[in-house]
Amino acid sequence: MSEPTDAPIRVFLVDDHGLFRSGVRAELDRHVPDVTVVGEAGSVDEAVAAIRHIRPDVVLLDVHMPDGGGAEVLRQLRPELPDVVFLALSVSDAAEDVIAVIRAGARGYVTKTISGRELADAVRRVRSGDAVFSPRLAGFVLDVFSDRPGAAPPGDPELDLLTRRERDVLRLLARGYAYKEIAGELFISVKTVETHVSSVLRKTQLSNRYELSRWASDRRLV
Amino acid sequence: MPWVPARVTMGVVIGAPAAPPPSGTPPLVRRRSGRLVAGVAGGVADHLGVNVLWVRTAFVVIAAVNGVGVIAYGLLWIFVRQEATDVPRALGRTERQQALGLAALGIGAGLAAAALGNTVVGWIVGPLGVAAVGAAVVWREADESQRRRWTQGARSGVTGAAAGGRAALWRVLAGALFVATGIGVFLLGNLDLSQVQFGLLAVLATLLGVGVLTIPWWVRLMRELGEERRERIVEAERAEIAAHLHDSVLQTLALIQRQSDQPREVLRLARGQERELRHWLYGPTGYGRSGGASGDPVLDAGLADAITSAAAEVEDTYAIDVRPVVVGDRPLDDGLRALVLAAREAMVNAAKHAQVGEVSVYAEVEPEEVHVFVRDRGVGFRPDAVPDDRHGLADSVHGRMDRHGGAVRLRSTPGEGTEVHLTMPVDGRAAARPEQDEPEPQVRAQEEAKR
Repeated sequence: MSEPTDAPIRVFLVDDHGLFRSGVRAELDRHVPDVTVVGEAGSVDEAVAAIRHIRPDVVLLDVHMPDGGGAEVLRQLRPELPDVVFLALSVSDAAEDVIAVIRAGARGYVTKTISGRELADAVRRVRSGDAVFSPRLAGFVLDVFSDRPGAAPPGDPELDLLTRRERDVLRLLARGYAYKEIAGELFISVKTVETHVSSVLRKTQLSNRYELSRWASDRRLV
Repeated sequence: MPWVPARVTMGVVIGAPAAPPPSGTPPLVRRRSGRLVAGVAGGVADHLGVNVLWVRTAFVVIAAVNGVGVIAYGLLWIFVRQEATDVPRALGRTERQQALGLAALGIGAGLAAAALGNTVVGWIVGPLGVAAVGAAVVWREADESQRRRWTQGARSGVTGAAAGGRAALWRVLAGALFVATGIGVFLLGNLDLSQVQFGLLAVLATLLGVGVLTIPWWVRLMRELGEERRERIVEAERAEIAAHLHDSVLQTLALIQRQSDQPREVLRLARGQERELRHWLYGPTGYGRSGGASGDPVLDAGLADAITSAAAEVEDTYAIDVRPVVVGDRPLDDGLRALVLAAREAMVNAAKHAQVGEVSVYAEVEPEEVHVFVRDRGVGFRPDAVPDDRHGLADSVHGRMDRHGGAVRLRSTPGEGTEVHLTMPVDGRAAARPEQDEPEPQVRAQEEAKR
């Protein structure tokens, strides 16, 4: 795992369920020494104000909240705080929500059923600049980028098509492989796997593929 | 559910590849600002994307030639909604002068047509024209009152005209007088009647006048009824969902409390409830596709559904976590049914022997074959030293797949886990059957080229 420094990663929690916040906080504090929770918020306004003030390394962001949810927090903070990394956290696997926060600028997405250890891994990963895909998100992105007969031709090949390698990596992610296992399977380095996943994330954020832009525009993000 | 499944979307893409959905033709609404009479011409111009001047000219010309323009304008006024929000749009001085000039020109042309003996136009420039002007004044007042209702958020019901103060009242009365006079003069001028007939006609004319004057309120009443009905339906739907969810969630919570000393059972209950909720909220595969994609039950019972429900069954039976991810979908044929059963056995196998709480399932539909991967991070085994029971299961998976031309690849490392990779070619025999579940022509062509 590539750590920028030895100092613990400062994490901020945004979730409108207090019970969930305290659960995550307890789990991270107890089991993960290199991650400290430096603050939490239960609403969009509270979160925006506190994150501006505290400037954490990583924000764990709930997708579903009143007043616009995680996407709204991202919209308000992304432009002015490019160094703060956002990791979306949700009970919902619905593509609609996931794609909306990813396109708003989140570096990754995990479900709330994830274990404390896995969550800490995901936090470290986004902190070091990589992307985090859940298997279902990987499957969904593969589906969106697949070329079915009769689909509209891609507008910008640079953004609207996946390379063969990226496809391979996504497939293995969807099959439940960890990055290290993917690297072993494809005979490439973990770093290369990370590069591929980041590139897929970038395409997911910027592509004009109809389904991606539709879900984002439904949420008034584009 | 609020979104269109992916399969359908692709169809939409074929139809309109370039146009992003939000920036299409705007719906036909009457302008509320920058209008001269009722905003009909402006609304039509916005809808068609042309200059207002052209639309106004067209209305005037049609009105002058045979009077239909007036009727068309009136009908559009009645049946087209006002736009719901105030778009700031100034009616410039020149534009106003142009529009008034056009109207004057239209009246002049109408008079000329009437003089030349066009009876319809004659009626309209004569007494019926007076009635039309009166109706226009009253309807405009109705528009104004509706606008006030919107901007002030007041819900004063159908009698909003009174809210505009004394001036509005005078305008309404004047309009009514115009309508009455117009209709009366028209009747008197065109018919030669006895007293009884006159009395009857006077009653009819009054009814007609009242009807014409109150059209905006009738229309509004109808619309409000429609909106209320829609709201009621939405409300009923919400209540139904709430009832269903509350009931089943409460049941599960009660069961969990009773069995809190049995972690496996609690886990099973929680997962089962979670799955049911997700199914309700996001559809069978979890990303809102499938379920009613084509509206055809035969086609909808596809591979994605089958894999997802097989995973659910295993989850329920063995109290483990099975997370299926499915990319693409296909109607089931014999080969794919065998594939689903084999995948299910592989999941059961993992649940029984791998000694883990979680199994990953990944299915992908490709043009020529379908892949399913069942993976666990459990104890694993050495393929050459397989325990008997496990061997037997592997055989039945193999047998199933072989019979339909599929293949099984098994990879297992002690201590690291097991992955079963099932491949089933997309069956040529299925394409020959007279059912709707034929592969798309392009795919079949590829298959035939392969043979």
